[in-house]
Amino acid sequence: MPIADWFKARESRKYTPASDKSAPAEVPDGVWVKCESCKHIIYEGELVADQRVCRHCGHHFALSAPERIGSLVDEGSFVEKDAGLSPGDPLSFSAAKPYGASLDKAREQSGLNEAIVTGSAAIGGHDVVIGVMDFRFVGASMGSVVGEKVARAFEAALSQRKPLVMVISSGGARMQEGMLSLMQMAKTSAAAARLSDAGVPYISILADPTYGGVTASFPVLADVILAEPGARIGFTGPRIIEQTIRQKLPKGFQTSEFMLEHGMIDSVVPRSELRDTVGLLLEYLSAKGGER
Amino acid sequence: MTRRFVMEFERPLVELEDKIAELRTLDLTDKPDLATEIAILAQEIDQLRHETYEHLTPWARVQIARHPDRPKTTEFIEALFTDVIELHGDRLYGDDEAIFAGFGTLSGRRVVILGHRKGKTTKENVRRNFGSPHPEGFRKAMRVMRLADRFGLPIVSFLDTAGAFPGIEAEERGQSLAIAESLAALSQVAVPVVVAGIGEGGSGGALAIGFGDRLIMLENAYYSVISPEACASILYKDSSHAETAAGCLKMTAEDLVGLGIVDEVVPEPFGGAHNEPEAAFVAIGERISAALDELDGQERATLVQRRYERLRAIGVYA
Ligand SMILES: [Zn+2]
Repeated sequence: MPIADWFKARESRKYTPASDKSAPAEVPDGVWVKCESCKHIIYEGELVADQRVCRHCGHHFALSAPERIGSLVDEGSFVEKDAGLSPGDPLSFSAAKPYGASLDKAREQSGLNEAIVTGSAAIGGHDVVIGVMDFRFVGASMGSVVGEKVARAFEAALSQRKPLVMVISSGGARMQEGMLSLMQMAKTSAAAARLSDAGVPYISILADPTYGGVTASFPVLADVILAEPGARIGFTGPRIIEQTIRQKLPKGFQTSEFMLEHGMIDSVVPRSELRDTVGLLLEYLSAKGGER
Repeated sequence: MTRRFVMEFERPLVELEDKIAELRTLDLTDKPDLATEIAILAQEIDQLRHETYEHLTPWARVQIARHPDRPKTTEFIEALFTDVIELHGDRLYGDDEAIFAGFGTLSGRRVVILGHRKGKTTKENVRRNFGSPHPEGFRKAMRVMRLADRFGLPIVSFLDTAGAFPGIEAEERGQSLAIAESLAALSQVAVPVVVAGIGEGGSGGALAIGFGDRLIMLENAYYSVISPEACASILYKDSSHAETAAGCLKMTAEDLVGLGIVDEVVPEPFGGAHNEPEAAFVAIGERISAALDELDGQERATLVQRRYERLRAIGVYA
């Protein structure tokens, strides 16, 4: 689907508009991007057409939440929920840089109020509840609002008995909200446990990067866990591990492929196949119509 | 003579105490001026002792929480429980000594005990990774949580870890999955869960066995989303700003009552629990028993529902 159409549809639903920087459809002609993996110079228009996957080496660039929704759900089907939910500064956190300033910058750069966009949509004709994280917003870290929107998405899926699809990328818990952030791990995991108990399908898609307290909560409690190729996925960040064990980490450590090899995820799926794969999974998981 | 362990924040005080101890060994019979000076210094030391321990900063509390002589989970268990039976292993990979799991009897009440287990000696700490669990530790805890659920035994959990173990094997064996699954399991056990923060409460590794129907904390225990050192090294690219970070993170027991996460702060003996461990055992034991009394007789479904509502209420947003 042309991303521009999706942006038009989105605007008609009074979605918070993204800034120019984040809207690839509005990038002027003649912008070139260097692939961080193979170093090829790629024309921005080409990259957009390829869902931000390098056509030379297959490197998956990060997607904003609006781009991800555009690439994953049936055209025009997305309706956002809880868009207005905004973070506070409960600790008045000001070490190094005031939290408030980080939030202002994140809002300006992303056009979003928080690091996750949630709502309802259809994928391959299946009605779903969906949540998509956006790494541009304070590294898509999970504080009170992300935890709350995730919990509400689980509860919506439960009450409507609609499958839940979560697209994850996150640096971990948001330290600027302290223990309130850590507790979102327990809150979202508890919400996931209830959905699982009720027999409503839940699929998670791990994108680059997924780390820390976020990995160790709702994303890995899904019925089926998918990951994009080459995504970095783990609990402890590689630098901390290297400092602890005082040795270099093996090549490919904490990638999607590493997770697959160690039996932690179900499948590594290229972005171009994600929509069809999720659609097919929903066929299987909805075989009993979600009842049990 | 073995020197006692000196925490950074008490060093100025300890230096003066050492000085006056040295002065007092001198023969002062023909030095009345010096005797007066010593008396004045003694007064100053009393004043400084008061200032040092009466108003502890968050960073001082972190140091107390990490004090090598601070009573550990094993000592709390020995002091408070009778008829203890330890249960080993995750039935999958191994037995992680960084987590204790087992049965015990607290003032006549049979319960399941969980806890992070630091060592007393270097040898013990090497085996227990200083109380930082691997996935098999969390999976053992989860297995025993489910036993508690099946046989209607309340869970008492002691928190004292710097965090889940950061290593290659921990990642290979699914540290994230083990923690997440433990969180999900703990949210669903239909028996009372009382958690006691007794030392360090480091991030996801603490949380995996660290929430429930009541959360009580010793006044110098901490519970934090990230260690102050790691926070400082991210924000300032320099871990020496840990003191600032410790304040900003609002990680003390008292701060966490204010945030609606901790129910009760249990006072410690003057200067910290290591000065008088027995008093800390008694205080924590009383509060755990009181919490279990409050939770007695609640319907299984009500317990789980209320625990969920407690979690759901945590967060600040507009
Ligand atoms: Zn490339």
